[in-house]
Amino acid sequence: MSQNKRRVVITGLGVVAPNGLNVNEFTHALKTGVSGIKRWENLEEINFKCQIGGKPPVSQEYKDANLPDFIAKKVKNNAVIYACLSGLEAWKDAGLEIAPGTYDRKTGMIIGSGALGLDSFIEHKIYPIDKGNHRRLGSRSVPESMSSGAGAYLNGILGLTGRIFSNSSACITGSEAILQGYELILSGRMDRMLCGSTEGDGRYIWGGFDAMRVLCSDSNDHPERGSRPMSASSSGFVPSGGSGALVLETLDSALKRGATIYAEVMGGEVNSGGQQNGGSMTAQNPEAVVDCIQSALDNASMKAEEIDLISGHLTSTKGDPYEINNWVNALRLDKDRLPFINTPKSMIGHCVAGAGSIELVASVIQLKEGFVHGNLNLEEIHPQISEIVPQDKLPTQSVDTDIQSVIKANFGFGDLNCCIVLKKWND
Amino acid sequence: MTNMNREEIKKELLEIIDPYIDEKEVTVSVSEQSDLINDLNINSAHLVDIVLDIEEKFDIMIEDDFIGKMDTVGSALDIIEEKLNS
Repeated sequence: MSQNKRRVVITGLGVVAPNGLNVNEFTHALKTGVSGIKRWENLEEINFKCQIGGKPPVSQEYKDANLPDFIAKKVKNNAVIYACLSGLEAWKDAGLEIAPGTYDRKTGMIIGSGALGLDSFIEHKIYPIDKGNHRRLGSRSVPESMSSGAGAYLNGILGLTGRIFSNSSACITGSEAILQGYELILSGRMDRMLCGSTEGDGRYIWGGFDAMRVLCSDSNDHPERGSRPMSASSSGFVPSGGSGALVLETLDSALKRGATIYAEVMGGEVNSGGQQNGGSMTAQNPEAVVDCIQSALDNASMKAEEIDLISGHLTSTKGDPYEINNWVNALRLDKDRLPFINTPKSMIGHCVAGAGSIELVASVIQLKEGFVHGNLNLEEIHPQISEIVPQDKLPTQSVDTDIQSVIKANFGFGDLNCCIVLKKWND
Repeated sequence: MTNMNREEIKKELLEIIDPYIDEKEVTVSVSEQSDLINDLNINSAHLVDIVLDIEEKFDIMIEDDFIGKMDTVGSALDIIEEKLNS
């Protein structure tokens, strides 16, 4: 590492997940293994095979208490609401000023989204058009459906004036947003970035996945049992929504402000398997996954032996054993030297574009609180996984242990990979 | 709805526009002369939303021509009264 290399640290966290509406609730849920997956009766009425999912239980009262009046009362897109809640929480957590009113080109924001305009709010928006009454759309249908809409509404609150953009890269969107923010700070272009992602929820987003037969359809009577990453009986992912946000800034800036530092972003990598050599729209090219993980470690100037926890993508599909195989091949460690492996998806399902940022928030929480959360519903480990990973590295309950580092990856449609290495900050 | 007096309509109207006002401190001094954009600092893009909310609340239809004339609280009340009585 050159002496002049900037260091980037995490000083703020915010989250809205199906099992917790803020960092405190989410931390408690991770520690105690609380599932946020429920059955939604309306999905049965419209013939969904998978009738379970994770929706953050944001009430009108919660919005009124935590958001500006206009957004709380008038904005209906859940992806926008979740991003405003998590982004605002992270910004406040970092102790930064809201709407400072001064121009600062070095402070910006990346809030990615997946299918922002397909949140269930559109049922109120689309029908008037087909009835010849589009004038009833009002002024909010454009910002509530554009991909940059969540960030646009959030920045209406925060008033940041540097680079403001919204990435969209399927299931790696969240981790890619954080990696992009890190690289912008590392390069000196930015000093401070709010990074995160969001996904709404409901039948218009989930229907396409159900049609692909990639969702879990065998647990409608036991919703909390549906998401079973790494299990012998994994049968498809459980769809969900939510948002995570992290404040990244230079170490110098954080120290100067006297900010609480949670973790350091050591490095990362993002790449694609090109939908070649085993890769496709829906599967990863293993060569690219292995290179993404190894390259992330190289960029972090860390060795596989130094990693204490893998926070995997691990969606609870038949792809989980392949993912574990890629991790093992990339890290090149003896079986008994492998780190812990977990994923919050057993509790919250797969938040699609929201997943990466929510799971990175979970990673930071585990670093700062000193635990490894359990994987729910993992009574029977998939045989291809137990062959290469010791059982005690796949905890089913929370383990108190002072982990120092996490490697986090997400893999997405279009054969996209993103991997980030975090290290605990010790004063 | 049609037998509402102007004060009753004003009360409903102020409830409708309240969420569109960022700075709540301006609401204490709202009068019929208050300009929606310049005095109450309502984003001009939200005027169409306020019109839609008025239409829903009072079950009336306000044509685009009227939206341009709706600059103050008083003119909005005039338009609502006219529509309710027509």
